[in-house]
Amino acid sequence: MKGFLLRRAATVPLTLLGVSLLVFAATELVPGDVARTILGREASQASVTALREQLGLDRPWIQRYADWLGGFLTGDWGESYTLGVPVHDLVLDRLGHSLLLAGVAFALLAPVAVGLGLWAGVRHDRAADRVISVGGLAFGAVPEFVTGVILLVVFAVKLRWFPSGAQAPEGSGPLIVLWHLALPALSLVLLCTGYVARHVRAGTVASVESPYARAAELRGLTRGQVVRRHVLRNSTVPAASALGVQLQFLLGGLVSVELLFTYPGIGALLLQAAVDKDLPVLQAAALVLGLLYMVIVLGADVAYRLLDPRVRLGAVTS
Amino acid sequence: MSAADATAVRAVTRTRGRFRVALSVGVALIAAWTVVAALWPALAPYDPEAQDPLARFLAPGGAHLLGTDQFGRDTFSRMLAGARPVLQVAPPATVLGVLLGTAIGLAAGTLGGLVDEIIMRVLDAVAIFPAVIATVLFVALAGRSVTVMVLVIAGAFTPIVARSVRAATLVEREKAYVEAVRLRGGSTVREILPNIGPTVLVEATSRFGDAIFAAATLSFLGLGQPPGSPDWGASVSDNRLWLTVAPWTVLAPALAIASLVVGIALTADALRGRREHA
Repeated sequence: MKGFLLRRAATVPLTLLGVSLLVFAATELVPGDVARTILGREASQASVTALREQLGLDRPWIQRYADWLGGFLTGDWGESYTLGVPVHDLVLDRLGHSLLLAGVAFALLAPVAVGLGLWAGVRHDRAADRVISVGGLAFGAVPEFVTGVILLVVFAVKLRWFPSGAQAPEGSGPLIVLWHLALPALSLVLLCTGYVARHVRAGTVASVESPYARAAELRGLTRGQVVRRHVLRNSTVPAASALGVQLQFLLGGLVSVELLFTYPGIGALLLQAAVDKDLPVLQAAALVLGLLYMVIVLGADVAYRLLDPRVRLGAVTS
Repeated sequence: MSAADATAVRAVTRTRGRFRVALSVGVALIAAWTVVAALWPALAPYDPEAQDPLARFLAPGGAHLLGTDQFGRDTFSRMLAGARPVLQVAPPATVLGVLLGTAIGLAAGTLGGLVDEIIMRVLDAVAIFPAVIATVLFVALAGRSVTVMVLVIAGAFTPIVARSVRAATLVEREKAYVEAVRLRGGSTVREILPNIGPTVLVEATSRFGDAIFAAATLSFLGLGQPPGSPDWGASVSDNRLWLTVAPWTVLAPALAIASLVVGIALTADALRGRREHA
């Protein structure tokens, strides 16, 4: 276990290097002159050249990459081309909003998906199982912005139960904030529930039909007791790895959900920066999101191993 | 046959029946939208681009089955026309991604050793980079075009396909028939390929659904089909400004996307299930 953790931790700087190179290379591919884009078509060639020098665009790429990565690591992320504010504060502020939305969605997703998966597994091949399986399959296939727009029409426009924007007014209490985040969080939850529930269901079916569950039942335990004491524990292992996978989809879904619900998160920022060709913001936002993904993948991997005593104690190396 | 056997047989028959229903519904939905994509000019009651200032925001019913949008364009006709752009991007992207992924997965699985190790490490590194971020980066920077969409979606799918093809190849490689070919000095790839065909088919169907998902999302984000196009994703994006006035202009393309992707998901699930319960 310790060796595994060390090995995984050692991959972090390597991945950081890879992701940063990829982000930098992608932004290098920008067609056209960035200085020209910022100043507009009317600007004189002299002022374009001056701006190129000011932005350091006339230096070789390897030098700019080293400067950029060094600046990123020391907290100097540069200034936004279009907004004129420090990128560091802007990106971290938007990241905070996104983490709140993703956190609310995840807090909803984990119990709902695991609960539905358990229920479907215990009642497998009955009506409840089929409804959960087909429903999860359908919602998992539909893009989150489609689910989101349908939720908007029904719950914000027709019934007026929820607001159509996800951003609560400045200084709102936590309940008001949650109320604003409910619809965007729900569209992310609907996207991810089916996958997690399917994995929990598979684990549950296997353990309900296992000899130890049958033995427990023969010893006189009720179905509920068997599920609580024996099945639940064994279903959490597939649940952890499935939740880890879906957390990545959930973060990916932030881009379109934040756009749909006009929420000032990092996904919407990334998109806006890409459209405006605001390179410092684009690079920082992409790198921060890439790092976040990496942490989640790593966290899910570790959680998976901690939950399974066979792996934890080194009896099985998976 | 004992009573227990009879119950088991009935359960299997019932499961197969369920997959058959799912498969029929799924294939019917895909077929219906494919026909619409090909023949919409003959099916649409109006020109999807024709504007009518006197007929703006008409509610569904009457002359306009699904109402009209802010330019008085017929929502139903636009929904039918919107099937074409998405079905021009998703199939080539799927085919390209599946071909590349199958080639890489087969190579890794049959060659094994160091080559396999290197290929899998590179795929791991690529897979850790979130597809959405990569997509936004590349489409926004490389410019908006059908070719870029196809390449980006295919690129995102390649590692996924490669991984499952490799896994299937590793299973087949250990079987006696492959050993026999190897002893005879024949091409193992040629023997393995037909036997992993079903895996590739299931994989391709799932990826097709994901390709529709990706193409619609790109257009919704303004990185795919241009605004004003009857494309479903672009329509949802354009019309969401009028959500409170004319919700039908958003619901029609949204439900069109949903019906197509659900159809594909049902098909993929039925194909996978039939394999597992065979």
